[in-house]
Amino acid sequence: MTSVETANVKSREDETATRLETREQLEAFRAELIAAVPQDRPQVRVCLGPGCLAQGADRVAAAFRAAISDKNLDIKVKPLIKETGCHGLCRQGPLVTLDPTGWFYTQVKPKDAAEIVETSLVRGKLVDRLLYRENGTRYTRSDEIPYYKMQTRIAMRNLGLIDPLDIEDALRAGAYEAAAKALTQMIPDEVVRTVEDSGIRGRGGAGFPTGRKWRSAVQALARRPGPAYIVCNGDEGDPGAFMDRAIMEGDPHSVIEGLIIGAYAIDAHEAFLYVRTEYPIAIRNLETALDQARALGLIGENILGTGFDLEFRINRGAGAFVCGESTALFTSIEGRAGEPRAKYVRSVERGLWGRPTVLNNVETLANLPVIVKNGGAWYSAIGTPRNTGTKAFSVVGKVKNVGLIEVPMGIPLSKIVEDICGGVPDGEPFKAVQTGGPSGGCVPYALKDTPVDYDSLTRAGSMMGSGGMIVMDKHDCMVDISRYFLHFLEEESCGKCLPCRLGIKCLLEILDRFARGEGRVEEIDEIESLARAVQDGSLCALGGSAPNPVLTTIRYFRDEYISHIVDKKCPAGVCKDLITYRIDAENCNGCGACVRNCSQQCIVGEKKQPHVIDASVCIRCGMCLEACKFDAVRVE
Amino acid sequence: MRNQMVDLDAIIEKYPGQPQYLISLLQDIQAEYHYISPECLRLACDHVGVPLTRAWSVATFFRSFSLEPRGEHEIKVCQGTACHLRNAQRLVETLEEELEIKAGQTTEDLRFSLDTVNCLGACALSPVVMIDEDYLGKATTGALKRKVRQLEKAEGMKP
Repeated sequence: MTSVETANVKSREDETATRLETREQLEAFRAELIAAVPQDRPQVRVCLGPGCLAQGADRVAAAFRAAISDKNLDIKVKPLIKETGCHGLCRQGPLVTLDPTGWFYTQVKPKDAAEIVETSLVRGKLVDRLLYRENGTRYTRSDEIPYYKMQTRIAMRNLGLIDPLDIEDALRAGAYEAAAKALTQMIPDEVVRTVEDSGIRGRGGAGFPTGRKWRSAVQALARRPGPAYIVCNGDEGDPGAFMDRAIMEGDPHSVIEGLIIGAYAIDAHEAFLYVRTEYPIAIRNLETALDQARALGLIGENILGTGFDLEFRINRGAGAFVCGESTALFTSIEGRAGEPRAKYVRSVERGLWGRPTVLNNVETLANLPVIVKNGGAWYSAIGTPRNTGTKAFSVVGKVKNVGLIEVPMGIPLSKIVEDICGGVPDGEPFKAVQTGGPSGGCVPYALKDTPVDYDSLTRAGSMMGSGGMIVMDKHDCMVDISRYFLHFLEEESCGKCLPCRLGIKCLLEILDRFARGEGRVEEIDEIESLARAVQDGSLCALGGSAPNPVLTTIRYFRDEYISHIVDKKCPAGVCKDLITYRIDAENCNGCGACVRNCSQQCIVGEKKQPHVIDASVCIRCGMCLEACKFDAVRVE
Repeated sequence: MRNQMVDLDAIIEKYPGQPQYLISLLQDIQAEYHYISPECLRLACDHVGVPLTRAWSVATFFRSFSLEPRGEHEIKVCQGTACHLRNAQRLVETLEEELEIKAGQTTEDLRFSLDTVNCLGACALSPVVMIDEDYLGKATTGALKRKVRQLEKAEGMKP
C-alpha cells in the first residue's frame, strides 16, 4: 500500500471511530453509508486479486489515479478508483470494470489507463481492443460472458465488488447484517440448527457437516464447562488452490463475520485466524479488517450491546503443509512444532489447549453469513441433497480461462472444465483433472461426467479437497505427476509415523526408477501393497491419503506406466531419460534462436539452413523448444 | 550489532512472555533479520519461557525459518502443480546454474538466496517466481537471467 492509501485508511478509521451500540445503530449507519453514495457514481474497479496483482494491477490502479488527477476532466463526478479482490478471470488480467456501465476490460496495462479515462469516462465510448472476446463474440460486460454467467456466487459474493480495506464498503454490501441478526434475534441453538438445516459440509476437503461439528462442540462444552475456541483454517496448502487466499484478501469481513456467528453458536470467546505465511496480503487485509471492525464495536467486548464478547488473534503459519491438519494446526498455535496427534478423542472435544474447539475452513465461514440471513432451507435447495450449496474452485493448468469460479455442487466435471473454463487451449479433450491436491487423484477424461461433489469424487478415487483443479493435457505425464506429489509429500511429512515417512520415500524411489525406464511390471502391484501400508499405518490424513495420486494414475493410466517400464518411452514426452529432442528440418528456417538459448551449445547449423541437435550432449532442458517460434523442435 | 539488539528488544516486547507466542516471535525475528541467530534464539526462549531445545525443534520443523544468514535478495521459485506442469523445475536449474548454488542455499557474498516454495497461489501466471516482493509471472529462463543480472549490476554499483 502506498503512503497515500495508508493515510486514506487511517482517516476513514478516525471518522468512523464511533462505536455502534445496537443492531439498530448498525442498520442506521449502513443506510447512511448507502445513501451517501449515489447509485450512478462512476467507479473504476481494478482487480487486485492474486493473478492480477502478479501482472502489475497495482501499477494499473496507480495509473488510473494519475490519469484522473493529472487532467482537467470534463466530467461532473470524479470516478472512484477502487482496488478490489479477485474478479475471477485471472489469465485475462489485470481486469478493470467501470461502473455504472459495467464495461469490462481485460489485460489492461498502466499505459491504457489514460485512454480508458478519456474514451470511456469522458466521451462514453468503449475501448474496443480491451474487450473480452471468445469464439468470435465480443463482450462488453462481464455478466454476459459465459464464464461468469454459469456461476453461482455465495462465498465469493463480494469479491471484485468491494474494497477489502474499507469496512464501509463492506457494510454497504451487507456485511455483519447476519451476525447482528444471530446475536440479537436467535438463540445459539437456533444458529446451530440453521447451519445443520443448510447441510453445508466443510469446504476444507474432508466434507464433515459443519452443523454436526458445532453440535458436538456444544455438547462437549456442556460436559466440561470452561473456555471453547473457534479457529479459521486459512492454511491453504494444496498446490494449485487459491480460493481461500482470494476470499481472505478480497472479502475479509465475510470470514470474520462467519467466525462471530460460529463463536456465538458454540459459546466461544476467542477466535483464531490461522493463515499461511505465504499469503502476506491476506494477513494484512485481515488485520486491517479486524482493526476497523473493532473500532466500530463489531468485534471485541459487548458486541452491538448484546453482552457477547469475542476477541480475535491472527496466527501466521510457518510453512508446513501438515499444519492444515487440525491437530497439527492446534499444536502450532500453541507454539510448538506442528505434529499431528492420534485422534482417539476428536478435536471438538479436546482441541486447542485441550478444550472444545471448532475448526472451520475459510470458504465455509464465508458462506455462513448468507446461510444465517436466508435460512438453512434456502441454502440446502442449492446443489444436491447430500452435497448442498456451492463450491469455489481454482481451475488452473492447461485450460483457456484459468481462474476462480464458484458453482453449485454436483455439476458435471466437463461443464466446469469445458463449458465454463473453455477446455484445453488447443481444442483437444483434456487428459485428466487433478483434484484434492496431494491427497487427491487424477480423474480421467472418460469420467468427465462425474458430478463434482464430495461423494462422487471419492468414488472416482480422488477427493474434493479444498478446491484446486488442475487440468492436464496430452503433454502431461502421469508417472511424472505422481512423482511430483510424492516428492511434495516426502518433504512435507512431519516424520512422526514411520509408514508415512519411509513409505512415501520408498514409493518415490520406485517411481523414480520408472521415470528412468527401469523397474519391473510387477512393481506396479508392489506399489499398491505398499500404498495400503502407508494409508493404514499413518495417524493423520497426510499419510492416510498420500498414495491417492499414484493409485488413481495407476488405476486409470496403467498403460502409461507400462510404456515407461517395458517400451522405455514416455508417451507425454516429459520424463527426461526417456525422450530425445530433434529439429524438424521442414519447419526449421535456421533463425538461430535455439542456438542462442542452448546452454550446452549442442545445436549446430548454417544460418537460414535447418539446424541439428547433438543428442549425445543434449541435457533435454527444453530451452530450444521454448525459444523456437516455428514449431520445429520435436520431443520423442 | 548494538543496533540489532535494540530492535530485537522492541520485537520481543511486542509479545507476552508465554510459550504460545514462540512461533510468532521467531517469525518477526526472521522477517527482520532474514535469519535467526543463536543469540536471537536464546533471547526468544528466555522471553517466552521455553527450553532452547523446544525453540530448536520449532525453528527446524517449519520451512520459513532459517538458522543461517540469508541473502539480500530472496528468490522463490514456485513449485505448485500448475507451475510444475509448465516446467518450473527448469527455472530452478537455470537459477542454480546462474547463481552457482543449489536450491535452499545462499551465495557466498550473501547477495542471493534461492528457494523453492510449494504454491504462491498465483497459478494463472504459471510458472511464477517471486524475487523479494515482486512476482515474475509466465517466467522464462531468459527473463529470469536478465532479472538476476540486473540485480547483480545494481548491487555492484553500490558504494
